Amino acid sequence: MLADKDRIFKNLYGQHDWGLEGARQRGAWDGTKEILARGRDAIINEVKASGQRGRGGAGFATGLKWSFMPKQSDDRPHYLVINADESEPGTCKDREAMRHDPHLLIEGCLIAGCAMAVNTCYIYIRGEFIRERERLEAAIQQAYDAKLIGKNNIHGWDFDIILHHGAGAYICGEETALLESLEGKKGLPRLKPPFPANMGLYGRPTTVNNVETIAQVPDIMRRGAAWFAGIGRANNTGTKLYCISGHVERPCNVEETMGIPLRELIERHAGGVRGGWNNLMAVIPGGSSMPLIPAGPDQTDTLLMDFDGCREKKSALGTAAVIVMDKSTDIVRAMARISYFYKHETCGQCTPCREGMGWMWRVLTRMAEGRAHKNEIDTLWDVTTQIEGHTICAFGDGAAWPVQGLLRHFRPEIERRIDQYTANADKAGALNPPVAQAAE
Amino acid sequence: MSVRRLAEKQPASFAFTPANLAWAKAQIAKYPEGRQQSAVIPILWRAQEQCGGWLPQKAIEATAELLGMAKIRVLEVATFYTMFNLAPVGRFHVQLCGTTPCMLRGADDLKKVCRRMIGEENEVTADGTFSWIEVECLGACVNAPMAQINADYYEDLTPDILTRIINDFSLGKTPNPGPQIDRINSAPIGGPTTLTDPSLFAANGKGAERGTVSHPDNDAKKPGEAANLRDAPMPKAPEGDVTDPRRK
Amino acid sequence: MTRLIVDSKEIDVPPEYTLLQACEAAGAEIPRFCFHERLSIAGNCRMCLVELVGSPKPVASCAWGVRDCRPGPKGEPPEVRTRSPMVRKAREGVMEFLLINHPLDCPICDQGGECDLQDQSMAYGIDSTRFIENKRAVEDKYLGPLVKTSMNRCIQCTRCVRFATEVAGVPELGATGRGEDMEITTYLETAMRSELQGNVVDICPVGALTSKPYAFAARPWELNKTETIDVMDALGCAIRVDTRGREVMRILPRVNEDINEEWISDKTRHVVDGLRTQRLDQPYLRDNGRLRLASWSEAFHAIAAKVAKTSPKRIGAIVGDLAAVEEIFALKDLMTRLQVANLDCRQDGSSFDPAWGRATYLFNAGIPGIDAADALLIVGSNPRKEAAILNARIRKRWRAGKFPIGVIGPKAELTYPYDYLGAGPETLAAITRHSFADALRKAERPMVIVGAGAFARGDGAAVASLAAKAALELGAVKEGWNGYCVLHSAAARVGALDVGFVPGSGGLTARQMAAYGTLDLAFLLGVDEIEIAPGAFVIYIGTHGDRGASRADVILPGAAYPEKSAIYVNTEGRVQMATRASFPPGDAREDWAILRALSDVLKHRLPYDSLRALRQELFKSYPHLMRIGEITPADPAGIRKLAALDGNAEKAPFTSIVDDFYLTNPITRASAVMAECSVVAQGRAAATAAE
Repeated sequence: MLADKDRIFKNLYGQHDWGLEGARQRGAWDGTKEILARGRDAIINEVKASGQRGRGGAGFATGLKWSFMPKQSDDRPHYLVINADESEPGTCKDREAMRHDPHLLIEGCLIAGCAMAVNTCYIYIRGEFIRERERLEAAIQQAYDAKLIGKNNIHGWDFDIILHHGAGAYICGEETALLESLEGKKGLPRLKPPFPANMGLYGRPTTVNNVETIAQVPDIMRRGAAWFAGIGRANNTGTKLYCISGHVERPCNVEETMGIPLRELIERHAGGVRGGWNNLMAVIPGGSSMPLIPAGPDQTDTLLMDFDGCREKKSALGTAAVIVMDKSTDIVRAMARISYFYKHETCGQCTPCREGMGWMWRVLTRMAEGRAHKNEIDTLWDVTTQIEGHTICAFGDGAAWPVQGLLRHFRPEIERRIDQYTANADKAGALNPPVAQAAE
Repeated sequence: MSVRRLAEKQPASFAFTPANLAWAKAQIAKYPEGRQQSAVIPILWRAQEQCGGWLPQKAIEATAELLGMAKIRVLEVATFYTMFNLAPVGRFHVQLCGTTPCMLRGADDLKKVCRRMIGEENEVTADGTFSWIEVECLGACVNAPMAQINADYYEDLTPDILTRIINDFSLGKTPNPGPQIDRINSAPIGGPTTLTDPSLFAANGKGAERGTVSHPDNDAKKPGEAANLRDAPMPKAPEGDVTDPRRK
Repeated sequence: MTRLIVDSKEIDVPPEYTLLQACEAAGAEIPRFCFHERLSIAGNCRMCLVELVGSPKPVASCAWGVRDCRPGPKGEPPEVRTRSPMVRKAREGVMEFLLINHPLDCPICDQGGECDLQDQSMAYGIDSTRFIENKRAVEDKYLGPLVKTSMNRCIQCTRCVRFATEVAGVPELGATGRGEDMEITTYLETAMRSELQGNVVDICPVGALTSKPYAFAARPWELNKTETIDVMDALGCAIRVDTRGREVMRILPRVNEDINEEWISDKTRHVVDGLRTQRLDQPYLRDNGRLRLASWSEAFHAIAAKVAKTSPKRIGAIVGDLAAVEEIFALKDLMTRLQVANLDCRQDGSSFDPAWGRATYLFNAGIPGIDAADALLIVGSNPRKEAAILNARIRKRWRAGKFPIGVIGPKAELTYPYDYLGAGPETLAAITRHSFADALRKAERPMVIVGAGAFARGDGAAVASLAAKAALELGAVKEGWNGYCVLHSAAARVGALDVGFVPGSGGLTARQMAAYGTLDLAFLLGVDEIEIAPGAFVIYIGTHGDRGASRADVILPGAAYPEKSAIYVNTEGRVQMATRASFPPGDAREDWAILRALSDVLKHRLPYDSLRALRQELFKSYPHLMRIGEITPADPAGIRKLAALDGNAEKAPFTSIVDDFYLTNPITRASAVMAECSVVAQGRAAATAAE
């Protein structure tokens, strides 16, 4: 288990002062000026050396992403945008970071901003997080008042943070949709290339990072890349906020080491699966966009919770939001509900996603009742492959994968329902209507 | 997502209150010159708050006017983002999360409570007090099932607790937001399994104990009120108008 | 150039090409719905996916730049496959998705037979559906009198939204809602305001937006298609006239990059019903104050009798706005033979004079010159009303950036921002001292557009001189660049000026001829915008029972522009030939033939028995008219001569020559569609005024 001293989010549960004073006591804003004084390249190299990968879902190496920003700046601004549009079902980690430890994020923004020669940072928080927005805004104000950020601040790097919010659209968590939304438009993902590092917000070079990613940066800089890289395993370093929801005894958020075995994570922190480990049916390891992993010795029992561990099980770490489903779960219905989520949230821009989401949801809803043909299972699989990889952004993939996970692992369950439904129908006489008899 | 249209019955006019207008102008000033369109979501939001939780046609048009945008562009935004209510909602608008993590922990039963106590989805009670809607993941999954009532999250609900909360609201009481069972925010029930090392917080003993917190979790929260009506002082905009000393 | 392999064929393309362009250059066909060359790239239909070797996913070729492709591991050129299994699967998948919610109503769809979705599903789709849910139903929207909607068919490609926002410059269409409930609409279903809105029907790849006036009228395969040019304004837009039998069914744009690219205005497109109604199909004679049907010979003899009794000094001839060069030439020829000097083609009273030189009345820089210009001054013109397509070109140039625009004259909504400098001649006279003049002086190719409205006034000559002076002083006329541009609104005007249809020595102008007591006999060739005072005997040659016909004593029914082969010269001086698509109704005849027949009766036989012979005569006198499709550059010396003229300009503010865009000539006034458009536009103006 990760030692408490190695945790970054020391006020994860909000037991302590979220404000500047409390944050300072927990070590924030300590030596920030010295960190900035090390210079752009040194900061980026340190982050690279830490092996930190983005905590927002895709797991792209943070330092590498920062290095894509233009080295030479013309007169016009570059931007740092913080993706705080946390909406992936199962995920509620950034919310805790923002309402209980906002100064980690603010300090991280300053360091990242300095590393990329950015003077303006926008934080895009989802609209529903009203109280979190207020809290973050108050924390930003504290930082301004203490001259930690702003023009002519004590750190010597002019830096403004502007808090912006959405109004209910999951797709704005996609980085280019977020930029569109920030520009006051509908959140429609942009075509890539050009990538934001070349043409982002207002057509200027922009880096978009997740809240957790940036909030980890001050500690990486203070404690050194080696400390961070020493946690977890190669290519999957550092600590991670896990959100454990669903059928566990004590659902919770917890910061743990990357690569912690799923079973240990659940049993140590979440009180175990409801009804015991053997009552586990499946988990979704990384937020609803990732394929589920069924219970079993080769599956959940040996699952290591990091990027490579999840990939070995044909899933992905995503946001590390573990949705646990025990054997009482109506797995088809649970997945149909996820499909409904994607149908509700697709921006509707590109054809496969706009048309495919409704199709998948409708078929799955019928399958949950068994009101389908068995050959539709193959059709549904086909539909998911026709969506996957054919859309502008990764939303289509994220909607297709959970369905694929279901079909991959629970096909017999769907077939059983179809059988049962038709058997029921048979008993009710629907398959053999008494036409012939009536005619006699 | 269903087809979104403006409400049939619309007020005849809309004008931003002077305070909101000033606020809106400060919002616009946050964004670079010529990028005032960026402020459309915050300003529509403020208009919605001014109108009691929904967005009338005239408010959309006033926003378009204020930002120099084509009306259709503002309508696109207002219909794209689902938190903009295009028809009136109750004084207490219950947004019940129905996505899988909440569903797994009993959101379906909460829907029944809403139906019983408030009525059909999207309908406002006759006295205008309540309305409810099933929404998609609100991002509090480890405290599932949960609902957002106006600005606040009510977490770890059961049918009984939700019934009590709705009753409290109708009696004019304001139930405390947050987890409704004995737990600290998103920590496990029964207390955190981590962050228990007191030396972490022992720098000078201040703020280590719950109750001596200088910024406790519950400030700035007034359930049932719009987000811009706060009891804690409103922080100034990071980049306000030109009179803001930081701008210089 | 960048080397690329497309379907195992090596090809070199410019690096700024997209993959789609590169594939087409290599001869591979790429299906597409949302992509349109003249609109921004949306990349949303996903039909143009191709395989980029090395990329795990297919890429949208419309949006993927050639320079975004990476070379292979051994440095071999990037390889694109357009026929691989991956691509086929992607296309079939997209096609299936597009069709699951698309109604199977092709038999009653006006797009049928020219539908991208139909064609591409034939070529790239599969033959059956696996979708057994209910299809989505979408409410139809009201978008105004021209565009009919059938929103179930919409595939959300957003071409129309992009067109309205980018090309038309009236951001009125949008996609509301999101996901599968996304809907294309105007703001609360108000009528569209753009005068280019008809083009959204053309660019709609399915039958969601169809032409309202043409609804259920014909099928594409039963139409004869004739390529010709338009005369609704002085641009001469390239059009295709579709006829069934004798009847013109619809008018569509053709591509002409030099003039209209591929857009036409709503007037050009929807004037069709005006070609059918109020037509003059028989000669008429006025007897005891009332018009009665007459035979050609009766009418001719009545004219001959009148001509014989009238002194040439009391005879006059005026040419209207839609006349072609051949009939103008023939009329001038006939009048010359009758020794008539009272000739004029300027019924609006404008002060153009061929004697000043051609450069003084042409749009010298040419329409493509707008793309090359880097600053613009508009004088006395509302280009949006006078030449909507040219206005779109100005907007296109403005969108490209670094294009200051100043306006002297009517303050109108032009779809692009401009500096308003002033209302009338005194601003023009002082333009060189205005702060905006710097922008023009700094420009390499400044352009001055002078509207016909600036010339059509009592002090027109003085204004023209001021404009010429301004153009010279601001550097708009120099070696290699002539930015002095006159914007006409009448299709006939430049051709008539070219053949010198202006008063001969001692001759009267159109305004003078129209005045009381100056003429005893007037020949009007399609003249409907000027009222001849009582007293004169009026012979009207024209197509519609409009103002001119109701004043006439003899009516000779002529041919409208789709009914004759004829030469027109547009405002640039570009000579173009209209082709006959249909026939004049009843006894109506081509105008030149009428004049030729009349000349016989008048005993001044014109020496050409065929159009071919007429043109030979015409080209002999005016060889530049021979060069169809071309512009013969005019000598800019004329502009200097004009600038030296001086004169006293009055203070009255400039007005646009066009008041109501939809009602500018007899054909438009006969059109119920144009009338409805006009009413909708006026209602909107009234509503705006009331606010």
